[in-house]
Amino acid sequence: MSKVLIYAEIKAGKIKKSAFELASEGRKLADALGGDLGAALIGPGLESFAADLAKYGVDTVYTIEAPELETYNSEYFAQALAHLVNETKPEIVLMSHTMQGKDLAPRTAAKLGMAVMADCISFRLEGTTLIGKRPMYAGKCFAECSATGSPQIATARPNVLETAENPKAGSLSKIAFSVDTSRSTYVTKDLNLDTSGKVDLTEAEIIVSGGRGMGGSDYTLLEEMASIFGSRATIGASRAAVDAGWRKHSDQVGQTGKTVTPNLYIACGISGSIQHLAGMGSSKVIVAINKDTEAPIFTKADFGIVGDLFKVVPEFNKELKAILAE
Amino acid sequence: MKSLVCLKQVPDTETQIKVNADGSGIVTDGIKYVINPYDEFSVEEALRLKEKFKAGEVVILSVGPDRLVEAIRTALAMGADRGVHVCDDAVNNADPFVMAQTLAAAAANIDCDIIFCGHRAIDDDFAETGAMLAELLKIPQITLVTKIEVSADKKSVICERDIEGGKETVESPLPCVVTSQKGLNEPRYASLPGIMKAKKKPVEKKTLSDLGISTEAKLATTNFSMPAARQAGKKYEGMEPQDVAKTVVQALRSEAKVI
Ligand SMILES: Cc1cc2nc3c(=O)[nH]c(=O)nc-3n(C[C@H](O)[C@H](O)[C@H](O)COP(=O)(O)OP(=O)(O)OC[C@H]3O[C@@H](n4cnc5c(N)ncnc54)[C@H](O)[C@@H]3O)c2cc1C
Repeated sequence: MSKVLIYAEIKAGKIKKSAFELASEGRKLADALGGDLGAALIGPGLESFAADLAKYGVDTVYTIEAPELETYNSEYFAQALAHLVNETKPEIVLMSHTMQGKDLAPRTAAKLGMAVMADCISFRLEGTTLIGKRPMYAGKCFAECSATGSPQIATARPNVLETAENPKAGSLSKIAFSVDTSRSTYVTKDLNLDTSGKVDLTEAEIIVSGGRGMGGSDYTLLEEMASIFGSRATIGASRAAVDAGWRKHSDQVGQTGKTVTPNLYIACGISGSIQHLAGMGSSKVIVAINKDTEAPIFTKADFGIVGDLFKVVPEFNKELKAILAE
Repeated sequence: MKSLVCLKQVPDTETQIKVNADGSGIVTDGIKYVINPYDEFSVEEALRLKEKFKAGEVVILSVGPDRLVEAIRTALAMGADRGVHVCDDAVNNADPFVMAQTLAAAAANIDCDIIFCGHRAIDDDFAETGAMLAELLKIPQITLVTKIEVSADKKSVICERDIEGGKETVESPLPCVVTSQKGLNEPRYASLPGIMKAKKKPVEKKTLSDLGISTEAKLATTNFSMPAARQAGKKYEGMEPQDVAKTVVQALRSEAKVI
């Protein structure tokens, strides 16, 4: 039986990178606890994924398939995952703090009578107790969190835990399950997906963000920069840009937007208010382009460029294109 | 249309958070508290539903210490009808599961067509309570909602919600729990007459024994710490765009190693 179980999320026919991050972390925890690492896969056509997960240290891949699980539904997926946990009795369950994870983890946890140590950025063990470190107040402070009861359920912030290959023989176990359709739930009427293939802000490795200094809804310069970086980059915005209607609400970074942790955050025409800094302050490297030398963002930026973004960004893009082509 | 709005009081977003000396929590002296911004969207949406159906009620449900009543009064001043304030030391600082249990017990005694929660509270940032409340009440959850359309018979709702890289439209039977996201609406301000009226609106205070439940903590939060202070790095001033771009891009590769 697995001591540690991860939930591996699938997107567009592929396992998400965040699942490999969980597997790598789960492997370390399972080794320290002297037990196996399992992975839960829910949805259609799952068997081909077992090998991918075994590469990152998963011993057993558990799959649940059912007609109702073709598209994601919080109630049905939570039923399936809770069933799998009850069957395999892990001590620790790890999920990702992705858009889906945020919807699924708490509902599953409530079925199991537990809460979730949500959005952890690192883990350690004290005996058999899992301790997760998590940001609070949008990263204005940190705290450690532990669970009383079992299983201990945590979600990990994507893009923060390291992936490490650790190949295992890997076995596959199909878990029989039928969805209880008597439970009231919603039906999905329409999925309107952005086909650019861009990752969500909370999962992006690189964020190119624009604020009021963009002067309007034309973000071509920033989109060009993001596309030079490819699929690991995406666009963010300050609240001023969102409130002006230049960008979608879901692009907002900050205390009342998304808290992000990319490797690289490039802030263009953003002053760096306390609410914005709260959301992006734990980025690994910050570049700020602002024409006001006094802008507060410069107190946090690793690389502060004082200048007009409309003159600097085009040159920046040229240089990036050149260096990334090397 | 009867709505129940779960509302939390949180430190104002301007607050400089400081951790206390023994790391057991944050320094609360001098903190100004406000309604959790996401809960303001919930209050606004509930008011709009009541206005649209020209009938119903908006009830504010809140768990927390005495000071919380100010937040309830603010929501009443926006136009909500009455408040239920669960005030009990056992749950004033509860983890998401205990909070959801408490809300579920209180909600069970309130007649409503729909329940609103904020998709997260901007203090502890757990983003769990709404989904847990829905599960405990055995009703659907629709999280991160940016648009709501309730059917004329008040039996179902069509919602637009944020998903990774896009939007999902779902149809759900009512009652359900909806968690509010930015973009849902623009919350109104409390008017002066609203503030006067709010003083006379009822706020019922309850303890856990009134609700007939006892709780057991599921999470412990300890060892609060401050992030390492970020130092200002290099600043490039008065350089030609071309030169500064070259310098910084190269530094990102060779020094910072992020590209
Ligand atoms: C309750 C509450 C919650 C909030 N939550 C958030 C949040 O989550 N996220 C958030 O971002 N904000 C939030 N805010 C708003 C925040 O206080 C600021 O108003 C906002 O971040 C400012 O956005 P900005 O930096 O884009 O605009 P400004 O502060 O107006 O800054 C624009 C900057 O662009 C520079 N600029 C202008 N033109 C150029 C140019 N051509 N080239 C280079 N630089 C140029 C200017 O020098 C200036 O520094 C919140 C506020 C409140 C009250």
